[in-house]
Amino acid sequence: MFNRDRWQEIFQTISKNKLRTFLSGFTVALGIFIFVILFGFGNGLKNTFQEFFLDDATNTLFVFAGRTSKPYKGYKADRRIEFKNDDLSDIKSEFDFYLEDITPRITRSANVKYKNESNNYSTRAVAPAHQAIEKTILMKGRYINQKDIQTQAKVAVIGRLVAIDLFKSEDPIGKYLAFDSSVFKVIGVFQDEGGDNEERNIYIPYTTRQAIEKSNDKVDQIIVTFRPELGHLGALAFEKELRLFLKAKKSIDPTDQNGIFIRNVADDLKRNQQFSNVLQLIVTFVGLGTLIAGIIGISNIMVFVVKERTKELGVRKALGASPKSIIAMILQESVFITLISGYVGMLVGVILLQNIGTTLEDYFIKNPYIDVSTAIFSTFILVAFGTIAGYIPAKRAAQIKPIIALRDD
Amino acid sequence: MISIKNLHKSYQMGASSLHVLKGIDFHVEEGELVAIMGSSGSGKSTLLNILGMLDTADEGQYILDNVEIKDLDETKAAKYRNKFLGFVFQSFNLINYKNAAENVSLPLYYQGISRKERQQVALEYLDRVGLKEWATHLPSELSGGQKQRVAIARAMASRPKVLLADEPTGALDTKTSYEVMDLIQKINEEGKTILVVTHEPDIAQMCKRVVTLKDGVIVEDKKVKQVMASAHV
Repeated sequence: MFNRDRWQEIFQTISKNKLRTFLSGFTVALGIFIFVILFGFGNGLKNTFQEFFLDDATNTLFVFAGRTSKPYKGYKADRRIEFKNDDLSDIKSEFDFYLEDITPRITRSANVKYKNESNNYSTRAVAPAHQAIEKTILMKGRYINQKDIQTQAKVAVIGRLVAIDLFKSEDPIGKYLAFDSSVFKVIGVFQDEGGDNEERNIYIPYTTRQAIEKSNDKVDQIIVTFRPELGHLGALAFEKELRLFLKAKKSIDPTDQNGIFIRNVADDLKRNQQFSNVLQLIVTFVGLGTLIAGIIGISNIMVFVVKERTKELGVRKALGASPKSIIAMILQESVFITLISGYVGMLVGVILLQNIGTTLEDYFIKNPYIDVSTAIFSTFILVAFGTIAGYIPAKRAAQIKPIIALRDD
Repeated sequence: MISIKNLHKSYQMGASSLHVLKGIDFHVEEGELVAIMGSSGSGKSTLLNILGMLDTADEGQYILDNVEIKDLDETKAAKYRNKFLGFVFQSFNLINYKNAAENVSLPLYYQGISRKERQQVALEYLDRVGLKEWATHLPSELSGGQKQRVAIARAMASRPKVLLADEPTGALDTKTSYEVMDLIQKINEEGKTILVVTHEPDIAQMCKRVVTLKDGVIVEDKKVKQVMASAHV
């Protein structure tokens, strides 16, 4: 293997037969390159997908109120259920073990004015805990705090796009917005990875919203987060207990499917992960297909190379080359070429992937990548199969009687 | 040097079998220059291939330099070929991407001789065939006669016991043929045993002994008065 003479012989064969070297090298390089690119694109797709669906915190339950469908405890069916502020505090004290955070959310659409600019936005009246749940990222200023809640402060945290729409280049912090016949002071600007729609929201304290709406204490929606260490099963248990608790509190038939709705993000997450796994499966499948195509390619080239060299091999044998040395020569040559070109193909593919970054985001491919280990493993596989594919014709060529090989014109 | 007894060889041609060599008895002493003649299909090339261990006989005994050649696998055959035999082919069979010196040194590579020594020996033999200045030229840059001389240098480089030439002049014009035969005669004068397969009577006359094959048997085996090729050059 480390015989200098044999290497010299091989380097000579390689450099004097450029087309052949190029063909076999190119096949391997292309095979690996396409594999790396496709695999990377698959991962890019997965990235985009995860960003789409995994915007919010995943340990979250959304609780909605609806209408009952069954009569219970003297109440008629079709009764409208409403949450109130005391539901928040009750859940807090009852589920202390599970609970991480809790916030109400009251969503209203409002025509918002600043100077001559106005537009319709949805306003969300929330508690401070909402920031973590929605993964709201503050760019400037601050979020709603507990003091705002207590004082029913008329403050607003606006989305990045709201700021652009209404304030243009002005700094919105400390300015006043008019909506719902009140004036709100802008205390913060946020961005959200959930996309443009998320950034067209305005957050205000929920107590302020309740004060505006004739000082009621109604809550549209309750959002709770549970401790992540509970896991999926814990989340399901929590969901079940919460449902029962609320049904009991609101006097809803425990068998009533309506009245209380709970959306468990953990369930969504599981579904999404399943989808993600299918994507991964497709990516793997495509990658395998490419690898197999590459293997077939290199096998064909090897058959061609050996065929082309039959006569030369015959001459070498007549001059005293043993079958072993013939096989060793062909294999060593092919391993050398496939290793080098496989490495080059892999490198070019990986570099290209790294430079793509977010430029293909429009095609749902973001930050495509391939693990170094996967790339190296696949290169190795291709080289190994190239060697096996080369071994068979090489062995056959080495076993042909030289007289037959020499007759081959 | 060479001794064969009752040599038989058949080729399967589909369903039928073609009996090419039908019991050949044949002896060659050291230093002989033997021409094997015969029309095409007479079995002369098959005989040479068996002598050269490029092919195997079905039956019979073959002794080369006191070594009985039998039960050859390819590895053993390769070793013997490298040790005992030098080949010259009608179509030269030079490796087209190697220059003259590299072609000549190839059998030495398979003998495991160091690169430096190979180069030296190759140049020495190229010099002997008068092509030292052409050492770095590729076969495609050489004429037919030059190619055959390179092939002869290559066959000689491994210092074989026997030189086997299969129609060495078959692809050459008369003048070049005589030049090549002149070279072969000179090598023979130095004591090398040489077998030449040919169907050209004038080439056969330049050997010391002519063996004629017909339909797989030796019909004539006689010493001849050698015509020196140099007289014609």
